Amino acid sequence: MPEPILSVRNLNVKFSLRGQTLHAIRDVSLDVMRGESLAIVGESGSGKSVFVKSFMGLNDKNGWIDSGEILYEGKNLAALKSEKEWGAIRGGEIAMVMQDPMTSLNPLMTIGAQILEAIELHQRLHGAEAKKAMLDILRDVGITDPEKRARQYPHEFSGGMRQRVVIAVAVACKPKILICDEPTTALDVTIQAQILKLIKNLIAKYHLTAIYITHDLGVVANVAERICVMYGGDILEIGTAEEVFYDPQHPYTWALLSSLPQLGVKGEKLFAIRGTPPNLFGEIKGDPFAPRNPYALKIDYEERPPFFEVSPTHKARTWLLDPRAPKVERPEIIRKLSERRLTEHG
Amino acid sequence: MLKYVLKRLLSAVFTLAIILTIVFFLLRQMPIEGYFDNFDKMSEAAIQSKLRQMGLNDPFFVQLKRFFADLLHGDLGASAKYRVGESVAVIIRQKAPISIEFGLVSMLIALVLGVPLGAAMARSKVWDRFGTVFIVLINAVPSAIYYIFIQMYGTQLLGTKMLFDKTLPVTWILPLFSMALGNIAYYAMWLRRYMVDEMTHDYVKLARAKGVPTRRIMMKHVFRNAVVPMIQYLPTSLLYTVCGSIYIESLYSIPGMGGLLVEVISLQDNPMVQALVMIFSCIGIVGLLIGDLLMAAVDPRISFVKKEGSR
Repeated sequence: MPEPILSVRNLNVKFSLRGQTLHAIRDVSLDVMRGESLAIVGESGSGKSVFVKSFMGLNDKNGWIDSGEILYEGKNLAALKSEKEWGAIRGGEIAMVMQDPMTSLNPLMTIGAQILEAIELHQRLHGAEAKKAMLDILRDVGITDPEKRARQYPHEFSGGMRQRVVIAVAVACKPKILICDEPTTALDVTIQAQILKLIKNLIAKYHLTAIYITHDLGVVANVAERICVMYGGDILEIGTAEEVFYDPQHPYTWALLSSLPQLGVKGEKLFAIRGTPPNLFGEIKGDPFAPRNPYALKIDYEERPPFFEVSPTHKARTWLLDPRAPKVERPEIIRKLSERRLTEHG
Repeated sequence: MLKYVLKRLLSAVFTLAIILTIVFFLLRQMPIEGYFDNFDKMSEAAIQSKLRQMGLNDPFFVQLKRFFADLLHGDLGASAKYRVGESVAVIIRQKAPISIEFGLVSMLIALVLGVPLGAAMARSKVWDRFGTVFIVLINAVPSAIYYIFIQMYGTQLLGTKMLFDKTLPVTWILPLFSMALGNIAYYAMWLRRYMVDEMTHDYVKLARAKGVPTRRIMMKHVFRNAVVPMIQYLPTSLLYTVCGSIYIESLYSIPGMGGLLVEVISLQDNPMVQALVMIFSCIGIVGLLIGDLLMAAVDPRISFVKKEGSR
């Protein structure tokens, strides 16, 4: 039985914006297992980024953890206050690969110096030893001629190469958990696959636990063992990649998958979810997806659905799974997906 | 690099020639009354003979040619009215050193006080409030007012003479400090602005995410990067300090050249005006060049060599 490395319990994160309070993360719990690769998917504004940033204390200054716990190796990260306390977690325990490689590196520092900074801080190596470790990491992330490249500045690198450096910086911290915040969004499609493969290899090599944040389900299918679907600051469905892709339970997951271009029929209009994401300033009653959900039941507007267990690894927050709920017909695309799974996997 | 500097210097010579020609031309458009103290009482013949003596009756291009020919021989001419007959070069050589020394020292003071103030403003709210009040005061209140206050109360406080005395270092403090005030506010304001700007960049977030302590982020990432755009303007700022000290020099009667240009223009002393314009333009042009070179020295993204085509 795998043990959790990170346990989030009833986390609530709020932001103060122009005098109003925005409730970004609403009573969310999640276990991240040691050594697994977990993907958190959701549209913009679903809170996925805020959620993981709260593991590192990296949310903007106007945000705070209102209640709940983030347990990491027995320590409650939600109770950390000062930058100094967070310093012990950031990098060395949990590291992050940022979204935009074009702006994530200091333009006035050599690549080598930026990686060395991480090595000296977290591996406590200095001088020639640190330099050797730095060159090794550059080689690890697939940068040829590292001696020369280490002396160069970010503007002498292409986007893909810079993302490799950003990954090198994260790995140089020797973390236990690696958070990849949309690691390929800013890259050319041709480079995306290479970078994902690189991250996968490094995760295997250094035995890292990985948390991917993305809205690209293609990326998810590539890298994740487990998928967690977020919407309106809440987790609506969680399960293994196979379960979520081939046997989705929540209407939001159905809608999300239906809008994949790969699953659409040529010549037909692509599926789009009607309506707009919920306003996080107000109180959300019931299922946050209910107003956009054609399958919504009356209770969806009134009471937040609990997690219904589909299998020991698969849970979804929808009243449709309640035994008393009326049977609904899933969308055709989703039915086809389930059938495909049956034929492919016997 | 050398090629770039030579190119810039060559174009500087052209710029200078154009500036001088324009100034020369404009000076010749001045009414001739200005050349004489007692124009009304002079006979026409006396006026004409004096003008001929000064070479002002020749056609414009003859005068211009003569001016540039003399200049190329290193001859700036003699003062026509400021100190009649005395060599312009000698006058300037007497007055320039003290202004330049004062300018340099006051700029140093401004850097030593302004930079830490700006950095503190970017980091702490209390300092930001204090600094903002200071900057607004310095910029909004006419400098003549606080210069006088500083002179009045400062000399009392230090127990010194009101005026500058070359042999008494205590009397240097107040004019130096007064000259520095404007620059302190200027450096603090811009450094704060650039630092606050840098702090919002993604690379600062990455530095935080890799666990770099806040102090170190501020010094090694934010401060260093914020200083770069400021470095470019330091040489020009020195120029402004040197020529902008007119009021302070007259307030403390410092025998510098701060007010010299204005004085000789109002006197219509053509050779002096031309020489001073040339010197200030030179400093300005060279200042910009040095600023650009300094900038290139600290920012790796700027290169004077043709791009090899980066990957």
